Amino acid sequence: MTRTTFAQAPSLAIDDILADEELHVIVCTGAGGVGKTTTAAALALRAAEQGRNVCVLTIDPAKRLAQAMGLSSLDNVPRQVPGVSAPDGSGALFAMMLDMKRTFDEVVEGHADPARAQQILANPFYQTLSSSFAGTQEYMAMEKLGQLRVRAEAEGTWDLIIVDTPPSRSALDFLDAPARLGSFLDGRFIRILTAPARGAGKGIGRIAALGFGLFTSVLNKILGAQVLVDVGSFVAAIDTTFGGFRERADETYALLKDSGTSFVVIAAPERDALREAAYFVERLRADGMPLAGLVLNRVQKLDDPDLSGEQAAAGSQTLTELAGESTSAEAESQRLTAALLALHAQRTDVAARQRHLADRFTAAHPGVAVSSVPALAEDVHDLDGLREIGNLLALGR
Amino acid sequence: MAPSPAPAQAGHAGVSAASRWAGVDLHVVSGKGGTGKTTVAAALALALARDGRRTLLLEVEGRQGIAQLFDTPPLPYEERKVAVAPGGGEVWALAVDPQEALLDYLESFYNMRRAGSALRRMGAIDFVTTIAPGLRDVLLTGKAVEVVRRKEKKGSDVYDAVVIDAPPTGRIAKFLNVNSEVSGLAKAGPIHKHADLVMGVIASPRTAVHLVTLLEEMPVQETIDGFAELAANGLPVGAVFVNMTRPPLLTDAQLLMAEHDTLPQEGIRAGLAQCGLAAHETEILPALLAEAADHAQRVALERREMQRIEVLGLPTFVLPLLPGGVDLGGLYELADLLNEADTP
Repeated sequence: MTRTTFAQAPSLAIDDILADEELHVIVCTGAGGVGKTTTAAALALRAAEQGRNVCVLTIDPAKRLAQAMGLSSLDNVPRQVPGVSAPDGSGALFAMMLDMKRTFDEVVEGHADPARAQQILANPFYQTLSSSFAGTQEYMAMEKLGQLRVRAEAEGTWDLIIVDTPPSRSALDFLDAPARLGSFLDGRFIRILTAPARGAGKGIGRIAALGFGLFTSVLNKILGAQVLVDVGSFVAAIDTTFGGFRERADETYALLKDSGTSFVVIAAPERDALREAAYFVERLRADGMPLAGLVLNRVQKLDDPDLSGEQAAAGSQTLTELAGESTSAEAESQRLTAALLALHAQRTDVAARQRHLADRFTAAHPGVAVSSVPALAEDVHDLDGLREIGNLLALGR
Repeated sequence: MAPSPAPAQAGHAGVSAASRWAGVDLHVVSGKGGTGKTTVAAALALALARDGRRTLLLEVEGRQGIAQLFDTPPLPYEERKVAVAPGGGEVWALAVDPQEALLDYLESFYNMRRAGSALRRMGAIDFVTTIAPGLRDVLLTGKAVEVVRRKEKKGSDVYDAVVIDAPPTGRIAKFLNVNSEVSGLAKAGPIHKHADLVMGVIASPRTAVHLVTLLEEMPVQETIDGFAELAANGLPVGAVFVNMTRPPLLTDAQLLMAEHDTLPQEGIRAGLAQCGLAAHETEILPALLAEAADHAQRVALERREMQRIEVLGLPTFVLPLLPGGVDLGGLYELADLLNEADTP
């Protein structure tokens, strides 16, 4: 049985995907540090220049990339990137940077009357929750995506939303954190814990009967009594005003399973990043979520793939020996040529190792379409740079 | 503050890691994703263990990266010896599981492990450790400080140094500072006291927070921002580890010519002929020139980034890219480099 290699994997047809009018959401995901934000921005720019009305939601862009897209202000609202359209004048690019706390505040303000909203916003527990909880960023990214979708449908502002995902330890956090946070806020457990604070007189008796008193006292000790009181009044405040955090999380999660959504998994040719990508691909399959394919960033390109590393290394050694200690012009040329060949040998080596890792991914996931983007000497920080990445992405494998 | 290094002696290779950081008990290693912070943390633990010392490497993100690196089965929530260092030292490792750490915490503070198991059955522990306000981080940093302070019966430290493979740069200040927040939230009582105790170790010269970077724009920017944030939060700034570097293969003069596309093509052609590669020279020559130009551009960028790091004025360690990827042998190589470095 022969294994499928990376070079035999289906090539990711980015332009077909971007042109698909049935597709409304593209989620870019992958391990931290693999170039998710840049890829998301490059896809968005390319789609806009092919006539789509695109909104790209970035999470934590590098300063210069943000500036390139005109994202100097962090106001949590999509802003049009000036001067971007297709040759025929159609298409537009909007970009925004997620402000997690602001998004949470807006959810509260949008669903509670002003007095109650104030009460929630001032709650110390809410303030910690909205600015520093593990999982809140993922939840708010999901929430923002939901909001943008609603607005897109109502106003026809955008026909394609491209989302970058938070720089989590694990790419899966993006899928799991919202449900976790939702079930926490909605959960029975928090209700039991906070029953006294919510003044549920009857509840207390029942809870005590069940022996829960011990647990609340333990938690009071761990968290401090004030924390539980704050949690309690927070839950009480949100409880009556808008239903089910979990429901909200579930709705957005369902959107991700929709045929109008597609995932692009991004990796770099490194062991950890590819392992993370593999986990994600397996998860998408298990959850029936549509996968467009894998983008492999920062691949070592070779200008003459026919000159093997061994040949180059051998040539380099021959010339180094010929040059010896001589200072003649000829020896200088020999040393220079030797150095250039050594450079080629090194690049061939790196390329071979990367290919091996990529082959391992494809052997395990032979059906996944792939595209590879060569390592560029410099980081991208303007629209031309993003355009170049877009062109490279479209070349596929 | 950065620990002051032992004076470098003329003719010596450098300062050992243990003497360089003589007063530091807790090393926190962070860095942007993909910069190799786990590798650096492991190499540092190995370097610090040399000559009969014992170090503990702490994993706090449940990735089992340490086990993979040392080629051992997944680490349980139990301290295990994972490597021996030159001169009889030992590296131990512990993957901290927040749930287990919470049970520890209940036991040591309230003598309530039994209540803890009951809580676990209800799913309460899971809930508390995954969601509650930074409690996870409270437990993880609490555990780190517990092992730092742990004594043998005779009164000497169980571990000469503890190294944490910490969360990434973007989260590090928040992670380390969580106990000062807790101390503010719980205004009195055992929690408040414990939080103050933990901060007393973390925000002191007994701790050093190191950041790992690559010579690329974004990781360097995050490093600069990260150190500023640490300093602003009163956290002890340690060293910069510049990881996965590759020495330039061309001389400065050659790099300059490569960059300006003025490499002497006749000479290279002659060189190719002399080593038997003249046959398809028409393809080879332009490819070599293009690769050289790309290399020159990258080296120039790396030098610019190195200058930005130097401006920080912190002890800086430059570690090479290991050609075969990181394995146990590679870790020893990196640890040796850390023990020989003559970085001021």
